[in-house]
Amino acid sequence: MKLVLKKIISLIITLFIVSLLAFLAFQIIPGDPTTKLLGTNATPEKVAQLRSQLGLDRPVLIRYMDWLVSFVKGEFGTSYTYNRAVSTLLADKLPVTVLLTVLSFLITAAVSVPIGIWAGSTRNKWVDHVFVILDQVLMAIPPFFFGMVSCFVFGIVLRWFMPGSFISLSESFSGCVSYLILPAVCLALPRIAMTVRMLRSSIQEELTQNYVYTARSRGLSRSGIMRRHILKNAMIPVVTFLAVSAAEIMTGTIIIEQVFTIPGTGRLLVSSIGNRDFPVVQAIIVILAAWIVIVNFTADMLNHWMDPRLRQ
Amino acid sequence: MSRRNIALLLSSAMLACALGTFSGATMVMADEAGSASSGDAALTVGLPQDLDNSLDPYQITAAGTREVLFNVYEGLVKPDTDGNFVDAVASEHEISEDGLTYTFTLRDGVVFHNGEEVTIDDVLYSFETCAATTTSTAVAGALSDIQDITADGDKVVITLPAANSSFLSTVSSVTIVPASYTDQATAPVGTGPFKFDSYSPQDKVVFVRNDDYYGEKPALAKVTCKIYDDANALFTALDSGSLDMAFHLTVDQVNSLSNGYNVLEGEMNLVQALYLNNARAPFDDERVRQALCYAIDTDSLLELTEDGHGAKLGSSVYPSFRKYFDESLVDAYPYDPEKAASLLQEAGAEGLSFTIKVPGNYTPHVDTANVIVEMLSAVGINAVIEKVEWNTWLTEVYQGRDFDATVIGFDAAYLSPDALLQRWVSDDSSNMISYNNADYDAAIEKAQSTTDDEEQVAAYKEAQKILSDTAANVYLQDMADFVVLNPEYTGYEYYPLYAVDFSRIRPAQ
Repeated sequence: MKLVLKKIISLIITLFIVSLLAFLAFQIIPGDPTTKLLGTNATPEKVAQLRSQLGLDRPVLIRYMDWLVSFVKGEFGTSYTYNRAVSTLLADKLPVTVLLTVLSFLITAAVSVPIGIWAGSTRNKWVDHVFVILDQVLMAIPPFFFGMVSCFVFGIVLRWFMPGSFISLSESFSGCVSYLILPAVCLALPRIAMTVRMLRSSIQEELTQNYVYTARSRGLSRSGIMRRHILKNAMIPVVTFLAVSAAEIMTGTIIIEQVFTIPGTGRLLVSSIGNRDFPVVQAIIVILAAWIVIVNFTADMLNHWMDPRLRQ
Repeated sequence: MSRRNIALLLSSAMLACALGTFSGATMVMADEAGSASSGDAALTVGLPQDLDNSLDPYQITAAGTREVLFNVYEGLVKPDTDGNFVDAVASEHEISEDGLTYTFTLRDGVVFHNGEEVTIDDVLYSFETCAATTTSTAVAGALSDIQDITADGDKVVITLPAANSSFLSTVSSVTIVPASYTDQATAPVGTGPFKFDSYSPQDKVVFVRNDDYYGEKPALAKVTCKIYDDANALFTALDSGSLDMAFHLTVDQVNSLSNGYNVLEGEMNLVQALYLNNARAPFDDERVRQALCYAIDTDSLLELTEDGHGAKLGSSVYPSFRKYFDESLVDAYPYDPEKAASLLQEAGAEGLSFTIKVPGNYTPHVDTANVIVEMLSAVGINAVIEKVEWNTWLTEVYQGRDFDATVIGFDAAYLSPDALLQRWVSDDSSNMISYNNADYDAAIEKAQSTTDDEEQVAAYKEAQKILSDTAANVYLQDMADFVVLNPEYTGYEYYPLYAVDFSRIRPAQ
């Protein structure tokens, strides 16, 4: 209980610092929302009028405090660029990003665990070599590159799918999921490589432990030892790693959404920074930061639960 | 061992299944996009940018928003593809001999998209609201000059204190909207051939056919505009066949198009130039500006950036303005590096170096700037490109006038040379280059006040000649505008201003 309380306090402090930093960063970059809104029709009078309408003419700290107070009350404000409540905008975009993250996470877990176990227990030298090389390659290539290549190969050359033809969740759930599979795979590939590598070396390490020989000498079968003893130990770091991956996948969507033109939170974030749409940027950054803190906390808890040595 | 192999096999089979359903699902979509049977034909279009924050016709600032909402909004009159004004919400209009009185007769039975009939009160309301709230200084200015506007039965009579030959273009920018409707910014209601259906930011905007349209009803039942915020993503979507149509494509994109779509060529209707800060040394010296004009070879610039497409310009008016466009100015400054060098020497500006601020998100302008830098270095001018974000460009260059030179394109917000020329009048708030020429101001004044068509054309041409003679800017080109259309559709036509008319597009049979 004490641990949970501690974590919650650290969550609040983190969010406070992150939001303050994001806010201050906005004060440093040139241009403000009125520039984009008025475009080439701007006149000094119009700019001044719009600035006071948006409340941009007040001192920086007061604006931040205002934002903070309404945020605590659960009000995210109104987007300058889209003229609608940030919560309405996010209600549209966040499910897409969450779905993409979940898909990518499921693919990572479902693919990497069986492959990792197999790679860890096989004694074939050649298979081992191939795995090491493949792993390195997959880890080194960033997801956006996979994204661009697969858009070209599957979209333009093979014409298996149509890049940019995203179907919204409200239209068809399965249509949306099918469009998101490829980006989810692209996001998952480097994570799969890392998880496989981790699980493989973790299993190989456990295989050399004395308890394995003891179990062997007591007549247990290889697969029995693997299931009942080795995996139990070898999975601990992997589960933690997978949990942390969930955070990284979420932030990875920012770029992959650009590549596949998915109208999710990441694309909204990038364009909102360009538009100086402060309420939107602030809300998304706080959500992302909260997600990362929560995921890390979950990883800690899983670790405690799985590893008795940490429980004291 | 074998069991683990099976597990591996199973998981890869699962993945293959997932990929299988995924390609299956999109195949269905491909069929949907391809069905172009008349009556319920639907077109999917790619937009290269998101819409403005307000869709209220008087609040729209971006040309990209204006050009698609052209299908939703109409004034009493509206421009046609030849640049003439035809009756829209008005069934006829009459201009008095002295050019002071305009009489518009309201068309019978025009219905707004929300089902209400258009009344004279709506027309008066629209003129009032537009005058009070429009973001366009030019339209606001023209409307504030109105002496009197009255309703007389089904007629609206507008009286002007002095004749204004481009007043009809102002009337066309006054969109007729319902007086009793308040959601114009998010759910626009007009009288045009298409109704606004829905808008999802960064995703799409959907228009459906207005079945109550008084004119010829569009062949398309639905137009879905998908929003892309990057030209490459839009192009990939187009090439893969998920879009039926895209506009404002570059020559490079058209050359790499592989799906067999039809390519149409027109002009962007933009004045692309190397705009020079006339208030800042050494560009406050006419000779230096002229030297730059001689030093830049526009023909090879067009060849390098546009494969020879695009139209050369000699002043701030583009060719679609037909009778107003002065073709003789196009070659006013032939390529002559020696003359450029001697002019620079005369002005004491040898070894000139300056910065060109270019908005980095507009690739065509960046490409043009690159070619210019090369050409200038050949005559010993050292120009450096500084790529800035669009917001920064607007603040520093457009509003702050803090720049040496910039490459950009200006479009006409309405169909009058004023839309392009008014900005260089010395006290105009959007006179970015701080151009200051009394003769020019007089010429524009004259053009705006005369009722005689010939006199007006002559005055606008004179203004253009002054811009050219004084080398206000280095005028480059009106870039080629490529429209790519699925061969299952036909009927796209170019307008002399930023407008994409979906009502003319129909299934090809």
